[in-house]
Amino acid sequence: MTEYFNEMFDGGKVRQPYGGLDGWMRDMPAELRAMKQAEAEALFRRIGITFAVYGEGGDPDRLIPFDMFPRVFTQTEWRKLERGIKQRARALNAFLLDVYGRGEIVRAGRIPARLVYQNEAYERAVSGFIPPRGIYSHIVGIDLVRTGPDQFYVLEDNCRTPSGVSYMLENREIMMRMFPQLFRENRIEPVDGYPDALRRTLASVAPAKCDREPTIAILTPGHFNSAYYEHSFLADLMGVELVEGADLFCEGGFCWMRTTEGPKKLDVIYRRIDDAFIDPLCFRPDSMLGVPGLMDVYRSGGVTICSAPGAGVADDKAIYTFVPEMVRFYLGEEPLLENVPTWQCAKPDDLKYVLDHLPELVVKEVHGSGGYGMLVGPKATKEQIETFRIKIKENPVNYIAQPTLALSTTPTFVEEGVAPRHVDLRPYCLVGEKVELVPGGLTRVALTEGSLVVNSSQGGGVKDTWVLAE
Amino acid sequence: MILTVNHVTTYDYDAPMGTAVQSLRLFPSRFDGQRTIDWSVAVEGGVKGGSFRDGAGDRVEGWSIRPPVEAVTITVTGQVETFDTSGVLRGHRELVHPMAYLRETVATWIDDALQELGESAIEGASDMLDRAHRLSAAVAEAIAYKPGVTHTHTTAAEALAQGEGVCQDHAHALVAAARAVDMPARYVSGYLFATEDGAPHEAAHAWAEIWVEGIGWIGFDPANECCPDERYIRLGSGLDAREAAPIRGITQGAGEERLDVTVALEQLQQ
Repeated sequence: MTEYFNEMFDGGKVRQPYGGLDGWMRDMPAELRAMKQAEAEALFRRIGITFAVYGEGGDPDRLIPFDMFPRVFTQTEWRKLERGIKQRARALNAFLLDVYGRGEIVRAGRIPARLVYQNEAYERAVSGFIPPRGIYSHIVGIDLVRTGPDQFYVLEDNCRTPSGVSYMLENREIMMRMFPQLFRENRIEPVDGYPDALRRTLASVAPAKCDREPTIAILTPGHFNSAYYEHSFLADLMGVELVEGADLFCEGGFCWMRTTEGPKKLDVIYRRIDDAFIDPLCFRPDSMLGVPGLMDVYRSGGVTICSAPGAGVADDKAIYTFVPEMVRFYLGEEPLLENVPTWQCAKPDDLKYVLDHLPELVVKEVHGSGGYGMLVGPKATKEQIETFRIKIKENPVNYIAQPTLALSTTPTFVEEGVAPRHVDLRPYCLVGEKVELVPGGLTRVALTEGSLVVNSSQGGGVKDTWVLAE
Repeated sequence: MILTVNHVTTYDYDAPMGTAVQSLRLFPSRFDGQRTIDWSVAVEGGVKGGSFRDGAGDRVEGWSIRPPVEAVTITVTGQVETFDTSGVLRGHRELVHPMAYLRETVATWIDDALQELGESAIEGASDMLDRAHRLSAAVAEAIAYKPGVTHTHTTAAEALAQGEGVCQDHAHALVAAARAVDMPARYVSGYLFATEDGAPHEAAHAWAEIWVEGIGWIGFDPANECCPDERYIRLGSGLDAREAAPIRGITQGAGEERLDVTVALEQLQQ
């Protein structure tokens, strides 16, 4: 039987960060809890936050369950995490700048050329281009899991357009509305500075040609996109325009936004559409979502696109293995956050190990996301394991495997009361003139008893995440 | 050799169209095999956008035309002095790692026949350079020059199956066959000056470049069974014809498009 680290209870003792929640939990009658839960749901429905976390699919109108039991970190725990996250975000950006430039890390033999340059996410179209401040990934979402008091692992990096930050903000908003006394009794670091910080970050990477206060817009694929709510929510909070491809056009080396007062020059685009759809002239010719000519404007320094096209080559699951190496190579530091040991099925030795140990391992598709196409060995039936064995043998390059991690649990409200459920954490690191991180993130929780899959499409929910002030 | 170029491309529409946006790769490459004496690119009624040199060394220029657009006319005129470098792209500044040219595209998809063509071509080759020559010869052998039997969307595999095609098909097939045997390869677009006694091939031309470790990029023109020499003007490159296209454009609207291209290359008598 695997021992799981419970973030609140150490045997019978309550761990320090959760001291302020023990009484709250015990004093809450079942009726009050049910009432509050219904209230929370009504609030979420009213604001319309019903989208699935990006790329996870599922019913876009389904509400992601919100668990009212907060997840808590001490200031000391957080400081340590923060240093590790910032370090990783810096290294990932240094890597991107390098592989679209001279490729020193490849020349030095620290990462195989094939893995980088033959990667589907490597955009030849941007090689040789240095974006403002040399930054490719301006919002880095780093998914973390915890296995012990001091033991955190990075599960994956998201360098393109990580979503879910609106949950971080809304979860807090709703908790404060429902349980104001909790926020008086506990000193909790605020997260509502995020929209301002994001705006500052985007403004700080305006092109050199911009000689005034930069005009920023969020480029969305449209209201049918599952994360549309988040796009409009962030645009609102930042006070910037929310635009679709059809609202923009390129002329004279700049990108323009159609407004009722005539065209307005755009300096920074926070795009929430994939590389392939940005510009039909450069990428997919059948894309209706992008702006024809945008890549030429971008490459000639007329507009900044965040995250930069091509940023995805840094968050590929096959590249992931090399992130600690990037930290050493570019920063000359030891990585503060650990990777999960990973077997690449493309390597014959690794493949053999994986096939021999399937019942203990988690197997993932290299390009998969959202918990689909994944095998959790210890939870799988014999039949599921055999099906996967065939799939892996047919196309080993497509799979990686990791040990099944003993994900930490936090108390979660369930039918029978309060019970431990497994959680992960996605903080959002902003990279611009400064590298910054609001104290918190999105905690996802696997609501099904014993489940280790926190993805919303697989029955996951979300929690408010607290960082206690000193 | 000093070559003068007159290249006019016209897209005519049967109904007025919305905005037209162009991305042009119509500038002679800078390397030891050519020196630009004079060059101009103009889009009638167009507004010039940003221009830059990409990681592969190509100069790219954006243009747009405001609506209503009835026709798009792109005129290229210039003079280039060319030198024979035996196909070697010497002195060309670029940054893209050769391995980025091992990736397949729809047009250069490697089917069994292309794989087989590549593998049998390099059998017994003495070194990498010899391999590249043999690959080019094999493609020339497998696909006969015949205009009108293929179109712009014909893939390398389709052209090979058909056994006939034009320079685009030769170049696609060579690129695919080289990649099939793990040699980075790319599609190159440019111009070819055909002397009176030469083969009657298109003046707007395409060929392939293969990466040979120790030497660098070398051009191969299976359509003419040679390596590019002073009769060639190189413009740009890409993974396939679409990426390397000298003109990429989008015009909004539902009108029918009619394309008219004239390319005239002349040798300046000294």
